[in-house]
Amino acid sequence: MKRTVIPEIKKELIHKLATEDTREDGRSLLQFRELKFETGIIGTANGSSRLSLGGTEIIVGVKVQVGTPYPDKPDQGVLMTGCELKPMAHPSFQGGAPSEEAIEIARVVDRGIRESGMIDMHKLCIEPEKKVWMIYLDIQVLNYDGNLFDAATMAGVLALHNARILDINNPEGEKVPLPITSWPLTVTFVKIKDSIMVDPTFTEERIANARLTISMDDNGDIRAMQKGLNGALIYDDAIRAMDTARELTFDLRARLQNNP
Amino acid sequence: MLRPKCSNNVLFLGYTVSDNKWPANAGRHNLGSDIMSQIDIQENERRFVVPGEEIGDSSHRSGMGTYARDGKVFASQTGIVNIRSGYINVQNFAGKYLPRQGDSVIGVIRDIGPNSWFVDISCPYNSMLHASETPWKIDYGMTGQYLQVGDVILAKVNHIDEIKNVNLTIKEHGLRKLSSGQVLEVDYTKVPRVIGKGGSMISILKERTGCKIFIGQNGVIWIDGELDGIAKATQAINIISRDAQKQGLTDTIREFLGATESHEPDEELPDAGDDLIE
Amino acid sequence: MNEKIRLINDDGLRVDGRKPDELRPIKIEAGVLDNADGSAYVEWGNNKVIAAVYGPREVQPKYLQNSAKAIVQVNYNMAAFSGDDRIRPGPNRRATEISKITAEALENVILTNQFPRTSIDVFIEILEADAGTRCAGLTAASVAVADAGIPMIDLVPSCAAGKADDQVVLDVGKLEDNIGQADLPVAYVPRTGEIVLLQMDGHLTRDEFEKALNMAIEACKDIHALQQEALKSRYSPQKEGGDAE
Repeated sequence: MKRTVIPEIKKELIHKLATEDTREDGRSLLQFRELKFETGIIGTANGSSRLSLGGTEIIVGVKVQVGTPYPDKPDQGVLMTGCELKPMAHPSFQGGAPSEEAIEIARVVDRGIRESGMIDMHKLCIEPEKKVWMIYLDIQVLNYDGNLFDAATMAGVLALHNARILDINNPEGEKVPLPITSWPLTVTFVKIKDSIMVDPTFTEERIANARLTISMDDNGDIRAMQKGLNGALIYDDAIRAMDTARELTFDLRARLQNNP
Repeated sequence: MLRPKCSNNVLFLGYTVSDNKWPANAGRHNLGSDIMSQIDIQENERRFVVPGEEIGDSSHRSGMGTYARDGKVFASQTGIVNIRSGYINVQNFAGKYLPRQGDSVIGVIRDIGPNSWFVDISCPYNSMLHASETPWKIDYGMTGQYLQVGDVILAKVNHIDEIKNVNLTIKEHGLRKLSSGQVLEVDYTKVPRVIGKGGSMISILKERTGCKIFIGQNGVIWIDGELDGIAKATQAINIISRDAQKQGLTDTIREFLGATESHEPDEELPDAGDDLIE
Repeated sequence: MNEKIRLINDDGLRVDGRKPDELRPIKIEAGVLDNADGSAYVEWGNNKVIAAVYGPREVQPKYLQNSAKAIVQVNYNMAAFSGDDRIRPGPNRRATEISKITAEALENVILTNQFPRTSIDVFIEILEADAGTRCAGLTAASVAVADAGIPMIDLVPSCAAGKADDQVVLDVGKLEDNIGQADLPVAYVPRTGEIVLLQMDGHLTRDEFEKALNMAIEACKDIHALQQEALKSRYSPQKEGGDAE
């Protein structure tokens, strides 16, 4: 449903369905929507991916350029993550500068990737204090139906793995992958009344009281978290979410890795 | 790279809707209760056109989805050509619902004024329900006590003024606030697909889910019944909306819904619901 | 630099192997997005363009509304990763100009008088740029408008001609655009014979202009057929809808 005012009776229905461990689209509360993706689709980008998670459809492009390092990290490369929620993607999105919502998404995706240590920032240094590789990760939303946190993290990680850059030691030779190893992923939960569910749709996001995004590394350790929306979680919610996120990220990671 | 997804809107592929009121109702789908008997297959006459294609000469008058230039008639929309009472029309596959006086619609309250409500009926124009168009006697400023933002109403288009403001009414018998169930939205052009040929699809939906189902002319659908039934009907209608162009849709839905549920007794059709399909 | 690189070889072929009057490969698909009222995707050479249309819908902001007709608002944007260097997100003067002329071209064919006080909003995203993005963008946008069921006089194909190595050439490529002598984007309405977009930069004689314009118009007719085909195959019952993959 595209409308911005969610009908009251629909809210009540979602509450009732949730108590029976089901949802409008027939999923169980802890089930992700259908995931599809491909990589290397944009010739002008160093790395790219297109991913759809149910009705949410995005393209992530990675551009890698030479730039100057930050003064406090003179021997490290730079990662910059950008996201815009453009009016193309949903009738409720406005044009103009990125919204608070878009900036939060970009920062949470960035944090999960950065804190996992996925990218060896030191290896992106070309000449300390002068030249480093700058990685620009830009998230382009084509169609929005909720849970951009998880979709963008997956697409971002795929695009980073897909990226190829000039080999500094052998500029004439083949392009080389980025110095990356792992597959950090996030799982986003929303709390609707007393029920917790993963991978919310647009409608579920709109009626949720609270949201929790958990970034996990390959070992199932927590690398970043973000609680959102103006409602609250209780202690048990957080603990149970950790266990669920661990299980789900293992499964999602296997699916991403199995499709080169 | 990107392929067309579940493409929308193929309905009427192979069907044309004859409309007795033509041309006064210029090609609009008449979703009246007798619509099913009016849908008939005209395989041989089917011609699919896109905007700009020449579809007739001066022997025809330009009807819906067409325009006339230099003594000829051209398509202005994507759809199937039909000729009726000397008019040539294109039955469109996509487009926005444009309200007409007398239409039965389902809307969602999106804002409240001191003596009126702003209602989302999925059309390009502002639509309103004035306090005087309700069965209640409402004091100025007390509208919020009767209908709140997010409430769903079964309403009728009372009047469309010269600046395209749509005025609704819930005064007539059967029109009301809907206080339980599910609200779904499909492209209004897909409504006939949800109803099915001769009402076949809607009968299957109702029989096998045990739900009451109302379809507004604006493509908004209200379902009420047992939780299980609502869940099934919701998914089934989403499949119809997604796969509207596919063949064998009735069988797909029959298969999806499985065994027949106990059938709830039909609710009496509201007087105002002549245009509603229950 | 212009002296060194030859854009047309001794066999009369261009750097990408095309003949002077040959288009790059073009692929058009209609109805690729769920939320938008209409959408289209165009691959044209290495250009990758997606267009989405919403409307007619209420005008935002309200003071822009016209009591006699729908307004057409276009937003052309290049994705951050679509060019050789990363493009800083946000509006710029070039994108603003292209948005304006694209809207004006579309207004020629959309029957705006049927929807007073509404807005038809068109969003064009260039996902990968390879010269000729405004033509590819308008070509995609007009299919998306038709896909939205918005009444229009005709689809609007658009194509550029230009000049490279003193020869008039069709559908200017990236290198030809960078170091060639002229670029002439055209949009043409086959139904009416009207030219609804015309720009030029570079240097052309009167005769070269005429030749280039004819070349672009002929190409527009070919692209028009691809646009029609894209809309028709969207509704073809044989196609079974298809998945995103």
